[in-house]
Amino acid sequence: MSFTLEDLKTVSNLARLDLSDEELAQMVGNLNKVLESFRGLQQLDLSGIEITAHSVDTHSVWREDEPRNGLSRAEALSAAPASHAGLFLVPRIIE
Amino acid sequence: MRELLDAKKVSAQELAKAHLERIHRLDPTVRAFLKVCDEIALKQAGAAQERIMQGETNPLLGIPFALKDNMVTQGIETTCASKILEGWKPPYDSTVALRLAQHGAVLLGKTNLDEFAMGSSTEFSGFFPTRNPWDLARVPGGSSGGSAAAVAAGMAPIAFGSDTGGSVRQPAALCGVVGMKPTYGRVSRFGLIAFSSSLDQIGPFARNVRDAIWAYEASAGVDPNDSTMQDAPYDSQIAHRPAKAPKIGVPEQVMNEKIQPEVRALMQNAIKSLSDAGAVIEQVSLPMIEHGVSTYYIIAPAEASSNLARYDGVRYGLRIEAESASEMMRRVREAGFGKEVKERIIIGTYVLSSGYYDAFYTKAHKARTLMKTQFREMFSRYDALLLPTSPTTAFKIGEFAGDPMALKIADYCTIPANLGGFPAISINAGYSGGLPVGLQLVCDSFCEQTLFSIALLAESVLGAPKMPELVT
Repeated sequence: MSFTLEDLKTVSNLARLDLSDEELAQMVGNLNKVLESFRGLQQLDLSGIEITAHSVDTHSVWREDEPRNGLSRAEALSAAPASHAGLFLVPRIIE
Repeated sequence: MRELLDAKKVSAQELAKAHLERIHRLDPTVRAFLKVCDEIALKQAGAAQERIMQGETNPLLGIPFALKDNMVTQGIETTCASKILEGWKPPYDSTVALRLAQHGAVLLGKTNLDEFAMGSSTEFSGFFPTRNPWDLARVPGGSSGGSAAAVAAGMAPIAFGSDTGGSVRQPAALCGVVGMKPTYGRVSRFGLIAFSSSLDQIGPFARNVRDAIWAYEASAGVDPNDSTMQDAPYDSQIAHRPAKAPKIGVPEQVMNEKIQPEVRALMQNAIKSLSDAGAVIEQVSLPMIEHGVSTYYIIAPAEASSNLARYDGVRYGLRIEAESASEMMRRVREAGFGKEVKERIIIGTYVLSSGYYDAFYTKAHKARTLMKTQFREMFSRYDALLLPTSPTTAFKIGEFAGDPMALKIADYCTIPANLGGFPAISINAGYSGGLPVGLQLVCDSFCEQTLFSIALLAESVLGAPKMPELVT
């Protein structure tokens, strides 16, 4: 399994990362080296093994459905690069 | 310091000032800190001193500390060493910052790290690398290199870092100090800026095991804001008593050619000293250790690709104007993230993408089960496992540039404890060529008291660590 420039362009699009041509070229080589290192894992016999998504047993934690204070609107907007009328302001969303 | 403060021979303000003075004198060279909080430190020291004068005491009251800059501090710039968060002031405090404030500890500043905690050398900081106080041309380790260097250089007696694949233990080893990672779920991750949510844990650095225990105890405990926490028992009395005759296993997979010969030699010396002191030490085999790095480098980037999706220029951080929101997000992420972060996001997105999910991500989680099962089977027979913390001593800054796997192998010995959620600690085991070497102990989940008690025994036989010449 090897990683091509086309793969990289597809994946970087999914990740919303604009990469320069130089970055793309360098990254293909690096990523193939990383993928190569996964080869040993591919050869392990993992049939019949359950997956572990968390290292300890996690379970849903419940609380009473009572309202609580969170961040105020002002606090939530305090770091906004741009805001208007209590909303985060961004460039055009629908293209 | 506790005795001096309680006896009122030294005030919390004097202690804070002495550390701040040392930071301003040494840090232009070491560069452990991203931000030094002189005014806040003195204010907190004043408040702590009032509590001391009223007869209050606890291990951390009036004690200065440093916090890795991926833990949010309300109103104090928190950057994760990334340009994408440069200038960001969080509107809330992390639980660990709040707990330390409640204990009356005094925040000296925020320390440097590899960007978003991704790295093993602090070279990937978006701002500048930190230098190892033992040899300024070498790395302090990472990703919590700033915190490790701060403690090693005497700039802070205690610091906190985060450990996802070894990022507290490995820099502790390279800087010759104690570094500990708790069981997953012992310390709240609320306000720890997420890298890999099933692996991240906050852990302390200190110059000796006892101080690390106090720091851990002040930070641990269930928090309703973090629902992955576990309310498991912990016995502080056992933790503070050196163990008598622990049974310890040494995996053969970490005493082979993958480990620098000088590191192996110091491990053998430590094993002999511990045996002479009554420990029963046997060689064991844990084959899954050899698959730790590849398992980790599928899981951690996958989780990171999800966690770092939030950095899009909309609500906080870097903003670059563009015609559309989508274009803005791409430009922000391109300009704001460093190379290593981008690569890990790409790897993570790839292994999660349609057509590759089972080949990589599912397989890695099954490997994780196998790793955990093998370790748990060992813990049914042994009190602890002993491993080197790092395969090598501190390497030179820039030594592994251009080799994407070389740095990742630095985590070979530390990754298994993260994958299994086990508590682990690194203590100093001696010096090779003037550079510190760390010894790592790993225990079963929620056995912090056993881990600490064996670490106290090991520390007593290995001798007190030295301070680097920089500060003597």
